[in-house]
Amino acid sequence: MRLTRRDALLSASATLFSPLLPRMSFAQETPRRGGVLTAHLGSEQRILNPALRASTGVYLITSKIMEALVDLDPNGNPAPVLATGWEATPDGKAVTFKLRQGVTWHDGKPFTAADVQYTAMEMWKKHLNYGTQLQQYLEAVDTPDPHTAVFRYSRPMPLNLLLRALCDLGYIAPRHVFEGTNILENPANTAPIGTGPFKFAQYERGQFIIAERNSSYWRKDFPYLDRIVWRVITDKSAVAAALETGQIQLSSYNGLSLSDLDRLKEDNRFEVSPRGIEANAFNNTLEFNTRRKELSDVRVRRAIAHAIDVEFFIENFLYGQAKPATGPIPSSSPAFYPDGKPPYPFDIKKSAALLDEAGYKRGADGTRFTLKLVPIMNGEDVPLLATFIQQSLAEVGIKVEIVQLDIAGALTTVYRDWNFDLATGWHQYRGDPAVSTTVWYRSGSPKGAPWTNQWGWQSDKIDQLIDQAATEIDPAKRKSLYAEWVKAVNEEIPVWMITERQFFAATSKQVRNHHNVPRWDSSDWHDTWIAAS
Amino acid sequence: MMRVLLLALRRLAASLPTLFVLLAGLFLLLQLAPGDTVDALVAQIGGGDPRMIEELRQYYGLDVSVAVQLGRYVWRLLQLDLGFSAIYGKPVSEVILERLPATLLLMGSALSFAFAAGMALGVLAARRVNRWPDTLISTLGLVFYATPSFWFGLMGIVIFAVKLGWLPAGGLEEIGAGYTGLRRVADIAWHLLLPTLTLALIFLATYLRIMRASMLEVMNLDFVRTARAKGLSPRRVITGHVLRNALLPMVTLVGLQAGTMLGGSVVVESVFALPGLGRLAYEAVVQRDLNTLLGIVFVSALLVILINFIVDLLYARLDPRIVT
Repeated sequence: MRLTRRDALLSASATLFSPLLPRMSFAQETPRRGGVLTAHLGSEQRILNPALRASTGVYLITSKIMEALVDLDPNGNPAPVLATGWEATPDGKAVTFKLRQGVTWHDGKPFTAADVQYTAMEMWKKHLNYGTQLQQYLEAVDTPDPHTAVFRYSRPMPLNLLLRALCDLGYIAPRHVFEGTNILENPANTAPIGTGPFKFAQYERGQFIIAERNSSYWRKDFPYLDRIVWRVITDKSAVAAALETGQIQLSSYNGLSLSDLDRLKEDNRFEVSPRGIEANAFNNTLEFNTRRKELSDVRVRRAIAHAIDVEFFIENFLYGQAKPATGPIPSSSPAFYPDGKPPYPFDIKKSAALLDEAGYKRGADGTRFTLKLVPIMNGEDVPLLATFIQQSLAEVGIKVEIVQLDIAGALTTVYRDWNFDLATGWHQYRGDPAVSTTVWYRSGSPKGAPWTNQWGWQSDKIDQLIDQAATEIDPAKRKSLYAEWVKAVNEEIPVWMITERQFFAATSKQVRNHHNVPRWDSSDWHDTWIAAS
Repeated sequence: MMRVLLLALRRLAASLPTLFVLLAGLFLLLQLAPGDTVDALVAQIGGGDPRMIEELRQYYGLDVSVAVQLGRYVWRLLQLDLGFSAIYGKPVSEVILERLPATLLLMGSALSFAFAAGMALGVLAARRVNRWPDTLISTLGLVFYATPSFWFGLMGIVIFAVKLGWLPAGGLEEIGAGYTGLRRVADIAWHLLLPTLTLALIFLATYLRIMRASMLEVMNLDFVRTARAKGLSPRRVITGHVLRNALLPMVTLVGLQAGTMLGGSVVVESVFALPGLGRLAYEAVVQRDLNTLLGIVFVSALLVILINFIVDLLYARLDPRIVT
């Protein structure tokens, strides 16, 4: 068999996607204390408080300063951070967290269950995006003693869902700083106070943020680094230059352009890989507005999917940094991934046949009908995919007009005004399908809620599956419910998950113990160090 | 001196209505852009539920009609309050003041360089008109003018920072180095060298062409012939008689370009990661941060008015026939 470039790329990405590589060990090296790690920051955040804003951009900075109850271990299982143990009652309606003792906030006050109670009830339940949904049925947090917090729910809460979600949605803020103030306007939102290995030091808008070593951190003798600096660089080409000149040592979440990632892969000063970002998989999507008569016919939706050569797109536009998706649950999520093949392989004859069957014959000019496509600019590949879709669909006689808007404009147009026929953007998977994935398919989402089912499409069967799985406390049963659900939504495709992708980071090889946990860029970096140059 | 001050005040008063119409017009124009600052925020954080979104609209004062929003804005403006920046959660005036020094430094140095080099090259080209130095200078000017500034910037970074390692790749100064005094000045100058050149090269071509044309025109005037006839050396004729008269159009151009330079630096600021007003304005548009954007327009307009005023004063100095 001849090995083509495509084969090489596909097998390369298969290895990259093999779930959760073991923690890299540098046992032969003694960690060096001291030094400064400078990381890239692509866009500035309005608020630096992960208990109020769930976003990778916020975690990138604040996860070093504030801490969550749990985080993921190298194998992707929940590991203790501020919580040392957890237990759920058999009915799933109460979850007890044992909290770490002897932890102090950066201002010297002790960390207790009162902080957990306050953060959960006042921040996660009231303000935190995705947290408000996760904690919808949270009734109270009891604090029988200063180191125990009992979460009481009115409906069963699967422990695994809660633990996985809490890695992102479980950051604790200091009660004594926020209580009695206007939470959204508290100055600690831009000068965070936490329990983490680094203390917030300085924020120069438009330039940099600095955090300094916390010498009284609860993990004795950690962290290794003296200081972390985040440099604001908005231009992607400038990020590559900053990496190459050593101004920064790290850029994650595709902070570099796809072409620079591809180029730096060959450069032995850097490691370019999705390792340590597995927990944040994403898909290129195609959303159908089924209010449009043609698109309400599932045969037309399937025909459109069959008309697009996904592998060609991946190889030529994404530099092979993806693979065709098999459904809304990515293969990097072993706890839920049901296995399977891409449901709609490229087949232009089948596509044309389906369209004929649905009754949309080619007109005199070869066109069957015209659709309006709104790209939602999550990344540089979105406009490329929009053009690729336009050209692919022209082949089967569907004319596509692309409406270019910036992301705020596109979100409004698609999700609030429903003024689209097709839309394309990203779906981000957040560790558990119940966090931000099933909302793409569940009916009843209020008009205007972005990245939810606004397609004018509804299925009782799928709604039921989603609701059942969300409260099922047996992990094995949950997994099989989601497998059934994936099968059903693949049949119906109100949204088509086109590619399955992972974010890539480019890291200088001087940095040690990097990307050794599945959400490393959003973890605390307590064991990260820098080798002498 | 008193007269100059009065003139300044009169100028400012005459510009105020324009400025006011400009701000109100921009406010209304931006209402036409789909999406508001909450949509932009939700896009940045990757989603949120409707109740939270509603709460945020209230928080940013977007839950009332456009007319009421405009009314609130104008009322605040009359009290010289530029409002709150949605992106940074601080008063707009504070956010802009933080950015102003970097912008002024970059703009000032680029403008001075373009002016000085344009003048020198223009004079050189005019003195050797239609000979090889003239052709070379004019061609180079055209090339600079036709090349996009981001390309210049990136090439500069690739060559001088990545390949040669002589200059820093970006930023305003060494972060966390804690330099003070002269050491800090030198450090900032070091960092601004490439961005200044990049920005200046684009403008250089215009100055050079204007200077050349204007020199050629003045050199044919009667008084120059007189100067030559009375036996002055060519150097004296150029420096003492031609140059001063040829400078007037150049000064006009500075006034006109000062405004362009503020906006034109978005690209250069992004490529070199400089914290300037251009990038802030761009970010404000993307994030639909109305207050910040209008604040920048306000400050930029004030700057342009100020620069044009200085230009007027310069006219009077250069050409006594123009009375202020």
